[in-house]
Amino acid sequence: MVRGALEGAAVKKLGLVVNPVAGVGGRVGLKGSDGPEVLRRALELGAVRDAPRRARLALERLARVREHIEIITWPVEMGEDEARAAGFEPSVLGSFSDRRSYVLCEAERTGGERPHIACEDFVQTTAADTEQAAHELLDAGVDLILFAGGDGTARNICDAVGQRVPVIGVPAGVKIHSAVYATTPAAAGDVAALFLHERPAAVRLREGEVMDIDEEAFRENRVSANLYGYLSVPYARGLTQSAKAGGVAGEERALNDVATEVIRDMSPGALYILGPGTTTRTIMTRLGLDKTLLGVDAVRDGALVGKDVTEGDLLRLLETHFEAHVVVTVIGGQGHILGRGNQQISPAVIRRVGTAGIIVIATQTKLLSLEGRPLLVDSGDPALDAELRGYAKVVTGLGERTMYKVGV
Amino acid sequence: MSETPHEKVARLGRLRREGGVLHDYRAPRWDEPFIMEQGLPGERGVLVPLAEDDVTAAVGEAADYIPEGMRRGAAPDLPEMSQYQVLRHYLRYSQMTLGMDLGSDISEGTCTMKYSPKMHEELIRGHKSADVHPWQDEETMQGLLEIVYETGQYLKSISGMDAFTLQPGGGSHAVFTNACVMRRYFEAKGELDQRDEMITTIFSHPCDAATPMVAGFKVITVMPDENGYPDLEAFQAAVSEKTVGCMITNPEDTGIYNPQIDKYVEVLHDAGALAFTDQANANGILGYARARDAGFDACHFNLHKTFSSPHGCEGPATGAYLCTDELARYLPVPMVTRVGDAYHLDYDRPESIGRVRGFLGTWMGVIRAYAWIRNLGPEGLKEVAEISVLNNNYLDNLLMAVKGVSRPYAEGHRRLDQVRYSLEQLKEDTGVGTEALRDRMVDFGIQSFWMSHHPWVVPEPFTPEPCETYSKDDLDEWAAVIKKGSDEAYADAQFVLDSPHAQPIDQLRRIEAMEDPKEWAFTWRAYKKKILRRT
Ligand SMILES: Cc1ncc(COP(=O)(O)O)c(C=O)c1O
Repeated sequence: MVRGALEGAAVKKLGLVVNPVAGVGGRVGLKGSDGPEVLRRALELGAVRDAPRRARLALERLARVREHIEIITWPVEMGEDEARAAGFEPSVLGSFSDRRSYVLCEAERTGGERPHIACEDFVQTTAADTEQAAHELLDAGVDLILFAGGDGTARNICDAVGQRVPVIGVPAGVKIHSAVYATTPAAAGDVAALFLHERPAAVRLREGEVMDIDEEAFRENRVSANLYGYLSVPYARGLTQSAKAGGVAGEERALNDVATEVIRDMSPGALYILGPGTTTRTIMTRLGLDKTLLGVDAVRDGALVGKDVTEGDLLRLLETHFEAHVVVTVIGGQGHILGRGNQQISPAVIRRVGTAGIIVIATQTKLLSLEGRPLLVDSGDPALDAELRGYAKVVTGLGERTMYKVGV
Repeated sequence: MSETPHEKVARLGRLRREGGVLHDYRAPRWDEPFIMEQGLPGERGVLVPLAEDDVTAAVGEAADYIPEGMRRGAAPDLPEMSQYQVLRHYLRYSQMTLGMDLGSDISEGTCTMKYSPKMHEELIRGHKSADVHPWQDEETMQGLLEIVYETGQYLKSISGMDAFTLQPGGGSHAVFTNACVMRRYFEAKGELDQRDEMITTIFSHPCDAATPMVAGFKVITVMPDENGYPDLEAFQAAVSEKTVGCMITNPEDTGIYNPQIDKYVEVLHDAGALAFTDQANANGILGYARARDAGFDACHFNLHKTFSSPHGCEGPATGAYLCTDELARYLPVPMVTRVGDAYHLDYDRPESIGRVRGFLGTWMGVIRAYAWIRNLGPEGLKEVAEISVLNNNYLDNLLMAVKGVSRPYAEGHRRLDQVRYSLEQLKEDTGVGTEALRDRMVDFGIQSFWMSHHPWVVPEPFTPEPCETYSKDDLDEWAAVIKKGSDEAYADAQFVLDSPHAQPIDQLRRIEAMEDPKEWAFTWRAYKKKILRRT
């Protein structure tokens, strides 16, 4: 009796979206798969489409709770095929016409020339399909969306559903800078099984950053990365990340402790420049202020002095403040503390503040989820990056610091 | 050659085993209600005779001896039960645990769960020990003071330190005592305003971070490098004129001994800071490595662990704290000293941090340690280290052959007394992680293993520690249970995920409730308020 009540007897709805061409560019050394040209080049270079297989790995893990979930998805390789291969009977929304053979579509697009691809022909899908699918899944009242793809796919889903429904990513793209993925495809299946049926109470939702990295620039080794938005991501012990620090409730406490510590150490009259992120937002919330989640805010003596500021605003503010600090946290899944989503905090701003004025904050769980990889700085000024290299005393709790490596 | 009794037991045991594990083990299952739910009004276990009238006339009512403010207004709400019911209740509960002496405690890494000779219980329960009263004059307890003093001398030579106290009531308590001693040291030097940072490592015991915080310091944690040692560069970067000192374990939880530990100490001393090493589990280094030789200013031992007493839940614990002459003046009072042939309790120590526990602390643990050290002698202590390292490495060979098990860090380097393994591969392949395997191993009569302190740096961790106690058969059986769990996971993961199957209680389905103060109940009163009222 107790068990049934706790585990939720009702059948839950899982929305499934697969971007079948996600990750194609990576295998052949292209830094992404956005845009038809890149996709064609990748396929002609012999790329295999791996996202459907990865989606299947996740779904196989869900097979153990098959009776308790209903999968709602889109046709063929956008989810239907994978669901069936894993032994589910999915409800399928939308439809594709025969015209959508990839080879034929390409021939049409380029005026007749058929691509010579190494893999079998497949149904052509686009970003608009992903978005449409996510929209319809939301309308169908799904309890969770599981998608297989990369940062581009995450952006499409973010546009469609925002934080209105929980989303978990199966890492399958070239770029997985966003913090919305499970550590492995199997782990994505596990977290979905826990969330939908096995132990919903063991799973919490957190805001995971969706990153927008300009592929064109990225391919030219210039990084232009913005924090695009947030998805609501289910998070369970050891599955969405590699470590646990006193469980999920402990993580919220830890976040609060970090914020309290920073506030406790604030000097009167000093300017505090707060980068984007949920960790920095906790500081603002505790000060009773509203944080610009995707932007940079500035406070002094507990009061807001700059909202969603630009680099120029910051430089002007710095002219009138003798003491200043920059508070940054890990943005995205790769470990960046500078140069991703916080470009307003430019080399000029950091020079003016002084490198000793940088306060890095993160919970220990967040640091451990980097699995030993260093924190990254990519300010745009290589000389400054080199100076920042070494070790940061990261504020990880009340009275707690963790020495953590900073790389470039 | 004829069979030894030990071999015979092992042979007969094997007849009942399959694949080296006790495959048909069944734990007793009693559906036993809480004691607070049992009993009937008026039922009694012991009827205490009333005092005779002339006694009462002479000395008054017993209740009159209790100060007014301390008297209860109403009788306590205790269950009313007969003696046999109480006995039966607790026997049933005890049968539903995997008792310490029923199996092996190889599972309990970082706890050094060795066998404690039963003779030691005779020593502490005999009237010579048990009847000692804390308020006796010191002349009338010379024997006990001698044992404390001599044990201190032994521990001084084992660690190379100059002074000792056995007053702390546990390992963390001794570690806390260190934080207080360091604090007093810098206070005396007038540097407390400047120094407020203590350094520890992520693989040290959590008390090495928690207790300096209670003593008012900030704590800086150093992460491991690729080899699993605390990152020396990070350590150097952490040390400054603000540093109080370090509180670190070696070998750390990983079982990896840091051979360069003196370099870390040097970095601290160069900055005017102090160095403490937490040697709660000294099994791997007894007689081989002395804290003082690596330059440390202080260290501690858990007498309950390395020196015989079992490591119980808040049990009869003793933390032995040792330090150099320079720090000795700050040790807790009273110090046990010797002048000529007489032993004293020395309270006249104006710079002491004060008492940390009543009387002599948990002197029962001291008596066990004394007997243990005396029985083994210096060579015996070294042999303890050798056998525990050997046992650990034998077990390691067996475990590393199990599919899904890995041993992160320091490839090719042997561990000392314990190892932190990872089941990440098993989890990735099958969905069975460390928590599930833990629930399965108890089905073979083996205590579930210790995973890791928080946070989990090693994913899906487990940490066995065989100590010197256990025989080759015990080690073989333990490894066979892990192998069995792994084989089952690859064949039928769901079966493992649903375990235990042979235990009196089911798996904990709502671990998260244990993290939520609104959901947990540690007393009957809390249970009534939070849980019963709800239903
Ligand atoms: C390395 C280490 N230090 C300290 C302690 C704390 O000892 P106690 O449990 O007696 O407080 C332990 C015990 O688990 C330990 O393993």
